[in-house]
Amino acid sequence: MDVITILFTTALWAAAIRIASPLIFATLGELLCERAGVINLGIEGIMTVGAFAGWITVYAGFGLWAGVVVAALAGALFGLLHAVLVVPLGLSQHVTGIGITLLASSLAYYFYRLALPEVTSPPKIEPFQPWAVPGLSDLPFVGEALFRQTPLTYLAFVMVALVAWLLARTPLGLAIKAVGENPAAAEAQGINVIAVRIGAVVAGSALMGVGGAFLTLSAFNSFFFDMINGRGWISVALVVFGSWRPGKALVGALLFGLFDAYQLRLQQWAGAVVPYQLFLMLPYVLSIIALILVSRRAAYPRALMVPYHKGER
Amino acid sequence: MRLEPRSERSLLLTLGFPLLALLVAALFAALLVMLAGANPFTVFALILKGSLGSRFAVMETLTRATPLIFTGLAAAVAFRAKLWNIGGEAQFYAGAVMTVVLGTGLLPLPAPVLLPVLMLAAMLGGAVLLYAPALMKTRFGVDEVVTTLLFNFIFLLLVSLLLEGPLKDPMGLGWPQSKKVVEAAQLPRLVKGLRLHWGFVLALAAAAVVWFIDRKTVLGYEMRAVGHNARAAQFAGIPVARVIARTALISGGLAALGGFSEVAGLKGNLTLDLSPGFGYTGIVVAMLALLHPLGVIAAAIFVAAVFVGADAMSRSAGVPSYIAHVMVASALLTMVTAVMFTRYRLRWR
Amino acid sequence: MPHPTTAQPESVLRLSHITKRFGALTANDAISLAVKVGEIVGLLGENGAGKTTLMSILFGHYVADEGEITVRGEVLPPGSPHAAIAAGIGMVHQHFTLADNLTVLDNIMLGAEPLWRLTSARGAARARVSALARDFGLEVDPDAVVAGLTVGERQRVEILKALYREARILILDEPTAVLTPQESASLFATLKRFVAHGLSVIFISHKLNEILAACERVYVLRSGRLVAERQITGTSRSELAELMVGRPLPQPRVEPQEPGAVVLELRDVSAHRGALWLRNVGVELRAGEIIGIAGVSGNGQTLLADVIAGTLAPDSGTLAMAGREVAAAGPRRMVAEGIGRIPEDRHSEGLIGDMSITENVISEGYDAAPFSRHGLIDWQAARAAAERAVAAYQVKCQGLDGPVRLLSGGNMQKLILGRVMARAPRVVLANQPTRGLDVGAVAYVHEQLLAARARGAGILLISEDLEEMLSLSDRIAVMHRGHLSEARPRAGLSIGELGLLMAGHTGGGDSHAA
Repeated sequence: MDVITILFTTALWAAAIRIASPLIFATLGELLCERAGVINLGIEGIMTVGAFAGWITVYAGFGLWAGVVVAALAGALFGLLHAVLVVPLGLSQHVTGIGITLLASSLAYYFYRLALPEVTSPPKIEPFQPWAVPGLSDLPFVGEALFRQTPLTYLAFVMVALVAWLLARTPLGLAIKAVGENPAAAEAQGINVIAVRIGAVVAGSALMGVGGAFLTLSAFNSFFFDMINGRGWISVALVVFGSWRPGKALVGALLFGLFDAYQLRLQQWAGAVVPYQLFLMLPYVLSIIALILVSRRAAYPRALMVPYHKGER
Repeated sequence: MRLEPRSERSLLLTLGFPLLALLVAALFAALLVMLAGANPFTVFALILKGSLGSRFAVMETLTRATPLIFTGLAAAVAFRAKLWNIGGEAQFYAGAVMTVVLGTGLLPLPAPVLLPVLMLAAMLGGAVLLYAPALMKTRFGVDEVVTTLLFNFIFLLLVSLLLEGPLKDPMGLGWPQSKKVVEAAQLPRLVKGLRLHWGFVLALAAAAVVWFIDRKTVLGYEMRAVGHNARAAQFAGIPVARVIARTALISGGLAALGGFSEVAGLKGNLTLDLSPGFGYTGIVVAMLALLHPLGVIAAAIFVAAVFVGADAMSRSAGVPSYIAHVMVASALLTMVTAVMFTRYRLRWR
Repeated sequence: MPHPTTAQPESVLRLSHITKRFGALTANDAISLAVKVGEIVGLLGENGAGKTTLMSILFGHYVADEGEITVRGEVLPPGSPHAAIAAGIGMVHQHFTLADNLTVLDNIMLGAEPLWRLTSARGAARARVSALARDFGLEVDPDAVVAGLTVGERQRVEILKALYREARILILDEPTAVLTPQESASLFATLKRFVAHGLSVIFISHKLNEILAACERVYVLRSGRLVAERQITGTSRSELAELMVGRPLPQPRVEPQEPGAVVLELRDVSAHRGALWLRNVGVELRAGEIIGIAGVSGNGQTLLADVIAGTLAPDSGTLAMAGREVAAAGPRRMVAEGIGRIPEDRHSEGLIGDMSITENVISEGYDAAPFSRHGLIDWQAARAAAERAVAAYQVKCQGLDGPVRLLSGGNMQKLILGRVMARAPRVVLANQPTRGLDVGAVAYVHEQLLAARARGAGILLISEDLEEMLSLSDRIAVMHRGHLSEARPRAGLSIGELGLLMAGHTGGGDSHAA
């Protein structure tokens, strides 16, 4: 198979969507936080916690969906911690976020070691299986690429639509956008800025938790250290790339997934000549290039990273 | 509930709140230890004994503190100018790579010449690595947090590539590791038979130099002004972009010096596990030190003690050594909270 | 629990013994007042008298330490803007509270619906906004993005926001600060329409003329206390002035003086930042004169100031100091050339709040003798300079090492004056130099500007305060949409003429203002 024909294999496109799925959850989560004016660099750690919490729940004998819920709750919990520190207390969002990442991931590792002190090879669970959407999955090409994914992937796409609807069509979404643009304006209209910001960060972090859980419950079947491997940071870049819009962020995540799936196949094809590390670098390099391309004209939420104190104008 | 600035700062507040912060972090760790079924007092005693309980333990702690002083200084310098350098890890490895590239026989120089050359080369490597994100920030408005973070992943892959390719030690039994640096490129041990080396002294000197730059020089003044209020700094005529670039060079250079010191003083060669996250831990060190260069020394020793002590403790008490990471991360969060409360008070109405 | 009180039936709003303290400062001291249905009540007081604090309490931004508020006899729950809005209180803030990147309709609907509804009823809302706009003469496109609106239009949106939420009591905080005199007059007419519809209006201002023109009754605040209540028909400008300040208003004395040689000349200067433009601006400033630059905010004054301050490079045109051209100079060069700069925003531009007084005093000259040598700062010299500035300009502070953010606004401005005047600048660029200061500090700033003029400096005074402009300037020019009119001698100018110029009418036959 050569470089071009790979592009026309359904396996490539199916893999692209699979790789994009955790990024879609995480990017949506970060987007929600940032739309409300809070950057959440706890994302990498929150995804780690989500991956661990989801996995351990299933490993303990509960169902896969219970694992997803627990992952979301765990993510929400650390989101709440981040939100309380940076919203009402106004701490530096950068430093606090890094702190949350360090704390959340080290707690996940601590509890993993506590639960499984002796294991050398990570124990496995039975993960989500692909579910063919009746009818649609029989479509040529598209059916196999798009409609034979695991339920969590479908959920990711549903979440994109939900978040897009929330932001564009509901009063709550308007409130979230307003506290991220001009919190004083929101407060003058009777909106509780602190509550809306905390709520957005908690909800966004829950999505990040699910994004992490996708890795342990759908993409792989066990939890291992450093498994998030920068996916959180890439999601932060994807939010900028997607101009803080759910639809564009989805496109970004899919492009990224496609690229990643493609390089994995190229690696097999050209691995003998080109060191595999160069291929592994590409996603990160790509993220940086994307940032350079869009940052100049990026329409940041105006109040991003600006703490708000009530009555202060 | 609202925050109100305190109009005065008492010594009690400035010392009391940070101490309280450490106490809260310790209590949290105690809770986790109890979940592991161990007695927190025993565990803390073991940590203390393992880190400071003997001459050997103290030396081991100071050895571990050495790279943390460098990465802590790197973070402190950058954060003071509000340059969010989270890429200490990559810059640390950059220094190590430069040391290995030039120090494994390429330059047949005597130690008094070779060591300074290696130091400069290492600093240059780290400096360049942070200069790029700094330029992206000032030229294109790219948030340096994300770029420096992504650089960590890219550079580590590059190190892996080098260790499996050009830098691979042919006698390494196939392991991805570099050759040992030549003897002239090694920093001598401070005490015979123990691992503490001259890199520690170098770290202390670096802290003193950073303090001097911060307090006494024009550049230090500019860096603080840019960090506190870039717009006002620009209005006053301070060349903000240039100051950020210079800050990046210094910060990146400091982290890289840590990589140099670790290779030349301790490990002798470069491996993929040269740094167990020294770059990230340096951020914690800097925050615990309230970004003060001399405070970085104390904070680095404290953090190193937690790690070294926890390693020793986990062998005997059966509590995972990850407790050290948890303690350090929670100390970071409680400390930044405490510092905020030394400047503001909560009013409930 | 809301409960009836003994309020007179016609009082729609009643504040009783409102007290608010910030640390040692008592911002509001047992203030009681009442507003009737269908009247416009003035709230007069100088900056820092406690007007804004009082209204922030009324609107729920702050909680009073003592006292209570009743609306139509029912106690208003404290600390909740939401409750205030529900009780029919609408607030038009001095600094507009609009989200720039959202549309007019978004801004108006924000918070108006229960947050948990699944969809917004945008169609119905758009119709209602249009109807309100028609009824009250507040025309504005509901689907326009706020960022593209003029200042006048934004104010209309602010008022529409309140009306949309069915406000019965409308509070306007310094609403005319950003308007031309003609726009102000039209605003007053709109207010009269409101009260005819049975609304009540609280009009907050420190401008006597406007209080006299717009209100029926006025409360006067001074240093946090309510010092008087007057019917407009039974009082006078001079009485209100004395009540407000507590002593006769200090009037700056401008001694007649022949201007000298040209110290600063701008010719055909164009510049831009984003969508804001400065177009072919020319001005000749002479030694010993003050040229006032008037204009509605957002017409390019900031760009003009930034070009002269060196923080914005012009696209074309020349700038000369004493006949010598200064090309593409940065802030440092401008300072070295003898421009003293008093910036528009002392918090975000003038000073670095977290740095000490000493560090702030040297910020424009830290990199040269006497403050530094060979890259090292001479802290002794810096301290000495700070001591001189603090002593000479009467800066009240707790020591030179404390952070500047703890100073009051007036003392910050004095510190900036100290920094600027220590270099004996040939040109002083004073951008809104008295904004937000109390009367004492204003008088002090005016005194210092006039002293610089007497010494032979040329002064460019950019201000939105027309009274200040008319009392200080030798000549006045007006900015409108990036164009600067010719500077005309103050003697022949009236407020009305200035207003027309600010609105873009050029007076003569030519009209580039359409």
